[in-house]
Amino acid sequence: MRRVLLPAGLLATLIGLWQIATSTGAIAELFSLEPYLVPSPAEIAQSLWGNRELLAENAWVTLREIVFGILCAVVVGIGFAIAMHRWRALHDASYPLIVASQTIPVIVIAPILIVWFGYGLPPKIFIIALVCFFPITIAALDGLRSVDPEAVKMMRTLDASRWQRFWRVEAPTALPQLFTGLKIAVVIAPIGAVFAEWVGSNEGLGHLIQADQAYFDVPRQFATVVVLSAMALVLMGLTVLAERRLVRWR
Amino acid sequence: MKPELADVERIPSQEEGHGSELSLRGVTHSYGELLTLDCIDLEVEAGGVVGLVGPSGCGKSTLLELICGLRKPSGGEIAVGGSSAADERLGRCAFMPQRDLLLPWYSAIDNAALALRNQGMRRGPARAAAADLFDRFGLGGFEGARPAELSGGMRQRVAFLRTLIAGKPVLALDEPFASLDAITRAEMQEWLATALRTDPRTVVLVTHDVEEALYLCDRVAVLSARPARVVTELSVPLRRAEERDAAVTDRAFVAAREEALRALREGSR
Repeated sequence: MRRVLLPAGLLATLIGLWQIATSTGAIAELFSLEPYLVPSPAEIAQSLWGNRELLAENAWVTLREIVFGILCAVVVGIGFAIAMHRWRALHDASYPLIVASQTIPVIVIAPILIVWFGYGLPPKIFIIALVCFFPITIAALDGLRSVDPEAVKMMRTLDASRWQRFWRVEAPTALPQLFTGLKIAVVIAPIGAVFAEWVGSNEGLGHLIQADQAYFDVPRQFATVVVLSAMALVLMGLTVLAERRLVRWR
Repeated sequence: MKPELADVERIPSQEEGHGSELSLRGVTHSYGELLTLDCIDLEVEAGGVVGLVGPSGCGKSTLLELICGLRKPSGGEIAVGGSSAADERLGRCAFMPQRDLLLPWYSAIDNAALALRNQGMRRGPARAAAADLFDRFGLGGFEGARPAELSGGMRQRVAFLRTLIAGKPVLALDEPFASLDAITRAEMQEWLATALRTDPRTVVLVTHDVEEALYLCDRVAVLSARPARVVTELSVPLRRAEERDAAVTDRAFVAAREEALRALREGSR
């Protein structure tokens, strides 16, 4: 209960303060802005409700990109981590490249991908997967490498095949760390989605934020950000639920 | 492909009649330049229980890994059940490591039944086979417990049953009770003595506790400091007596203990 009440209380307080600061015009005055550029929570809520269909449509588009992107990153990332764990040479050869791949700013690579693959779903999935690949792969790899070599020896004298050693010892050992990586991935995936949509898209929450920039529809921009954050929170919640179900021994 | 427990338990008797179940001849091992084992000779007959005592870090655990086929010797020959191929040895030895290494994602009974599951038995029959041993070895009622819910002594019992249930003729036990407190250790020694009376196996027991070795084993080989060689082999006066306290205070036992300690001191110089 405490874990729900405390953040909810803090959030309510912050929203309340913001409401006071905006409805009195204090923020607008402080930054010498037109009042309509600094929407109050009430105005944002109004926009959220008024644009619910538009937001839902675009949220669905973005959610689809995010889910496919994360799934791709999970499949490729875990597969790659297993291969790197299995073949030392592959690990040594590709580890620096994987780290380097993470240093490429998404905002730089996104336009190139749009040029190559067009405005459709594939470049967005690719960009989100690229963002999520690193935390998932590194977490899975570290998890696999934390396996106790004594346990592997014991399993060998208990007639375990390589496959059985993997499923009965190595995979469960790696699971908690894999979930740590997954939690990071689901939170940064929406950021990747927004970048991908900014560069080339005619739908989705990222696209909506960019389009509203032109109309100075600041309340709707805030409303979109609220939806995006809610989406990340829900994904995070689902990941934590899955973790609790699968990692029961912790 | 699916061994019933009854078949599994018959394996030791089938392996009898070969003379030595386990035979080491001139075994040496080195890590790079560092010689760890220097010309070790050891013969263990089927059903024999041999203790290896020696100073810490002398290579006792390495020796067990060599026997089990988990490592290659640098020289000499190791045969288990007449075969010296590493994978054949691996198939005939079950290894119980120092730490219990129970897998936290399995219940106690699933940990104990691991070998049967690895050998292809389905979960139901594997659990049933393990449950039988749980009852016989004082673990009845703890089948579904998570390893974290068990006491140190119980975890060690489950780890031993896991080794026993594999149905291998040779058990390699690496300091199985080193992590336990003195009272629990004495209890566990009595428990293991009982277990070996009812389920005889060929056992190589590594320990740094001379008393434990003399109480549990038929013979004790005293190893020197690195590079390890066999300083002396002692025959044990009383074999796995039911009353540990009476046994360890027996005059012949005390004399054997003093002799072993003397050899140990000699070897570590």
